[in-house]
Amino acid sequence: MTMRDAFVASATRFLDDPRTTIVLADISADAFAGAARRYPGQVVNVGIREQLMVGVAGGLALTGQRPIVHSYAPFLVERAYEQIKLDLDHQGVGAVLVSIGASYDRAEAGRTHLAPADVALIDTLDGWTVHVPGHPDEVPDLLRDAVCGQHSTYLRLSTRSNARAYPQAGGLHVVRDAGPGAALLVAVGPVRDEALAAVADLPVTVAYTHRPRPFDVTGLRALAGSEMIVVEPYLAGTSARVVAEALADRPHRLLSLGVGRAELRRYGTAEDHDRWHGLDPAGLRRAIGDFLTAGAPVG
Amino acid sequence: MTTSTATRPPGRLLPAPVVAPLERIRAGDAYDANVYSTVDVHWVLYDRVLRVTPATVDDPDRDRFLLSKGHAVAGYYAVLAAKGFIPVDWLDDAGGPDSRLGGHPDRTLVPGVEIGSGSLGHGLGLGVGTVLGLRAQGRTTPRVYVLLGDAELDEGSNHEAIAYAGAAGLAGLTAIVVDNSSASHGWPGGVASRFTVNGWTAATVDGHDHDALHAALTGHDGHRPHVVVAVDTPRHPAHRPADADRPEQAGRSEIQAVRPDQPGRSVAGDGPTPGSGK
Repeated sequence: MTMRDAFVASATRFLDDPRTTIVLADISADAFAGAARRYPGQVVNVGIREQLMVGVAGGLALTGQRPIVHSYAPFLVERAYEQIKLDLDHQGVGAVLVSIGASYDRAEAGRTHLAPADVALIDTLDGWTVHVPGHPDEVPDLLRDAVCGQHSTYLRLSTRSNARAYPQAGGLHVVRDAGPGAALLVAVGPVRDEALAAVADLPVTVAYTHRPRPFDVTGLRALAGSEMIVVEPYLAGTSARVVAEALADRPHRLLSLGVGRAELRRYGTAEDHDRWHGLDPAGLRRAIGDFLTAGAPVG
Repeated sequence: MTTSTATRPPGRLLPAPVVAPLERIRAGDAYDANVYSTVDVHWVLYDRVLRVTPATVDDPDRDRFLLSKGHAVAGYYAVLAAKGFIPVDWLDDAGGPDSRLGGHPDRTLVPGVEIGSGSLGHGLGLGVGTVLGLRAQGRTTPRVYVLLGDAELDEGSNHEAIAYAGAAGLAGLTAIVVDNSSASHGWPGGVASRFTVNGWTAATVDGHDHDALHAALTGHDGHRPHVVVAVDTPRHPAHRPADADRPEQAGRSEIQAVRPDQPGRSVAGDGPTPGSGK
């Protein structure tokens, strides 16, 4: 079962609550066809109209519905960004936005279908929760938290996955403890296994989270020493601001790893893009090793 | 009292109850012509059409009025004050640092205002979603009215909403387009045709004729979305300068221009000024 399958199954179950409305723009409409037949007033497919998709979500929320809005990441977050800003936030209403595609799940499709900047863009808004599950089994609980809440949530699904699920990892969850004083690596969502493999021979504590916003600042302050590494499956540095603010009162160094800004103009597979962006275990190992060496006491 | 008019400011015919509040919010400044092109529609809606009162602004079964062209706000605030939705003294410091009334309305600050608007092309999508929400809740009574401008129709988001609302048969939706010929490239074939081709019913009326507006605003057939095109004709008395009989002044209410697509047609000078919205 993929994250998308898990989402479709969970979201369909929420339609038992008449306040839930699923809003689509053709993408995944087939997957929700059965739900649309059973709940015709609660599954809305506006066609290939992303501005309308988000505007409709705003209108639904104004009447008290809880919209779940779903499309491919660049079309959901980037194409209709002003609708997200104005039709949801400015109206003082919330929605649950659920994307598929992530940074480069369909690398062979090219730039139009890549959305490495989605989380950074959502992060320009105030008060959003961002979930980046690392395994399909993490999706149902995250969707439930989102749909049962009132404010806006972005749920970023991917075809990439860790081997094992941690369903309760909103706060930082230590998956490898290298002892007191060790560098702390925070891995967000599906990059956890690569990050663990990368530091297998290094004195690095690894903590996992699938909720980069709000970031677990308390957990970070409890775990962090003076060496910080953040590995995110989207634009590198997206969480650098949050980490810097959380550790502003103590000397620290921060290495932010993630997807680069440059447009590579290359197709290939998601694994190829991992390698080109230095997010495969070997690339992560090189960057982290250099970072720790550079920070080591001289002599 | 609904169609009585007064002549304030000079030369402009306005619904009598909004004259005083409009003067108060105007505070001596000149207004964009869109105030005058739209205030009659605002007045007829709140006086004769909308089933909403200051006591029912949170009633889920109220009618909704969504002002999409958020710059047409002075007449809106004047009508809301005249109808008791907001205290009249709020009009005195509109736009000030402690005011709830801005140059574009904010629904979280003003009782009775259904949406915050200002960036064009957002109201109709929000209106479609509102109709869908009411429908999902089985509320068949409320109707959703969205006010746009003809230049606002330039925004493609409107056409997403027009096409979908027609296809989905959103019978609870009425769009009102105040047509003051301000779209830079015009709408050859007319504004209404953009809607009717998508399955809407349409009525095109004099945007200052209260009885005609009332008939059009209540003329939906209950099966399809409805559009009212409220034409703001340059020849209407609302545009006649007070001293139009003085030859040297007569031409000042209009800017003569020729549209490339409609040779010889003059364009009313009551469109938006740059920076005032569209």
